[in-house]
Amino acid sequence: MSIRIEGVSKSFSAYPALDDVSLTIRDGEFVALLGPSGSGKTTLLRILAGLEVPEQGRVCFGNRDVTNDKPASRGIGFVFQHYALFGHMTVAQNIAFGLNVMRRGVRPQRKEIAARVEELLGLVQLPGLGSRYPSQLSGGQRQRVALARALARNPRILLLDEPFGALDAKVRRELRDALRTIHDELGLTSIFVTHDHEEAFTLADRVALLNHGKIEQFDTPQQVESSPATDFVRAFLA
Amino acid sequence: MAPAGLRERPFVKALLIAGAVGYVGLLLLLPLGAVLTEALKKGLDVWLAAISTPDARASIKLTLIVSAISVVLNTIFGIAAAWAIAKFDFPGKAPLIALIELPFSVSPVVSGLVFVLIFGAQGWLGPWLEAHDIHIIFALPGLVLATLFVTFPFVARQLIPLMTSQGRTDEEAALTLGASGWQTFWHVTLPNIRFALLYGVLLCNARAMGEFGAVSVVSGHIRGETNTMPLQVEALYNDYDFVAAFAVASLLTLLALVTLGLKTAIEWRHRDQLAAQH
Repeated sequence: MSIRIEGVSKSFSAYPALDDVSLTIRDGEFVALLGPSGSGKTTLLRILAGLEVPEQGRVCFGNRDVTNDKPASRGIGFVFQHYALFGHMTVAQNIAFGLNVMRRGVRPQRKEIAARVEELLGLVQLPGLGSRYPSQLSGGQRQRVALARALARNPRILLLDEPFGALDAKVRRELRDALRTIHDELGLTSIFVTHDHEEAFTLADRVALLNHGKIEQFDTPQQVESSPATDFVRAFLA
Repeated sequence: MAPAGLRERPFVKALLIAGAVGYVGLLLLLPLGAVLTEALKKGLDVWLAAISTPDARASIKLTLIVSAISVVLNTIFGIAAAWAIAKFDFPGKAPLIALIELPFSVSPVVSGLVFVLIFGAQGWLGPWLEAHDIHIIFALPGLVLATLFVTFPFVARQLIPLMTSQGRTDEEAALTLGASGWQTFWHVTLPNIRFALLYGVLLCNARAMGEFGAVSVVSGHIRGETNTMPLQVEALYNDYDFVAAFAVASLLTLLALVTLGLKTAIEWRHRDQLAAQH
């Protein structure tokens, strides 16, 4: 699903976190929000998720204005840096959570939910781990569970907040590949936040560079590398 | 094994252990034992008779009612306050935390007097209450108010640091997964805090049943009507009815032991989960 961000501003206490940001993301695109800490990239992602409300501007998914919609009704999946798995639930219960909280009548049968959980465990390459608890898994496995959980309700948009931030280099690469494969397979529109430009460039179709709440450049990795738009971009990539 | 230089010498170790055990024995176990022996000195029949007089039974019933109301209200309040403080930013947060702790630093007698000042016959609302035939002081509402005030911080204080350290991420995850606010609270927040909550409730209950000072001021000491168990113990003691006094006191002591037992049992049963969480 395409995403249109129009003139979005948001400030925390005194300093502006986002300053009149506009961005159009095409259906099926994989976009990285790249920038130093405090650049506003996470705030922008949280506004897309509905976890923050912009003070100005609007956000559209397809033709629908979702600016004031709750996270629950936006049809998104969200992956957190530190997984945010529910520690008292098994892996299977975590993945089924989004389905189990659906209204009676819309909610799938128990059997269908169990089948969906198995399917998702296969998708993230963790078959057979459904009965484990998150504390019994490695960091990479936990993030895969978090990904499966975010995908349970078939979101069209996947939002990831530094999804590899807490993982070591090898696991990072594996998970990156897995994520790209899943993105292509499911035809998702994905946006992920990172401060690692190498990661952004290898994974994303287009990269949005943010600094002080403004977008410095939004282009393909090749374009950004060959013709950096501003001094900040040049310095950040150096 | 620690290197030799860091190891305690045996006699130092023995001294520390003996000191700790002796202290606990002298200050905790000895009085506890004394209460139980005194209560049962004249046999189980006398003990049973002493706790089944109409006045004693009325005091037990009153204590149960007062503590039940207080625990329920303070649990609801405690969760609400901890939730607000841990999950939201708002002006006046720091003063609110300080205020919640206030009952710990105020003498219980003062806590009781405050309510006499407000609701008593000579108090601000006294004449109005009297005109409308509403009884607060020297009646159940006063006892509940005083107990509420004193036991106010127990649940909140257990939850605030825990919920603050847990942050909002789990709740946000639940919201992005489509859960409503209530579902998020029930399926995510509550399981995350259940041990601390249970512990807070147990402590709150123990204090609510055992409270003396604040309740004493607002009670009026009417036997069989407004005497809770601690007040009944005092009344009997002042009558030189030592066996009966200790019998009621032993019930209160039992409550403390039950609380301790429950807490230990809960921690034991869920030791794996507790270990996994920390």
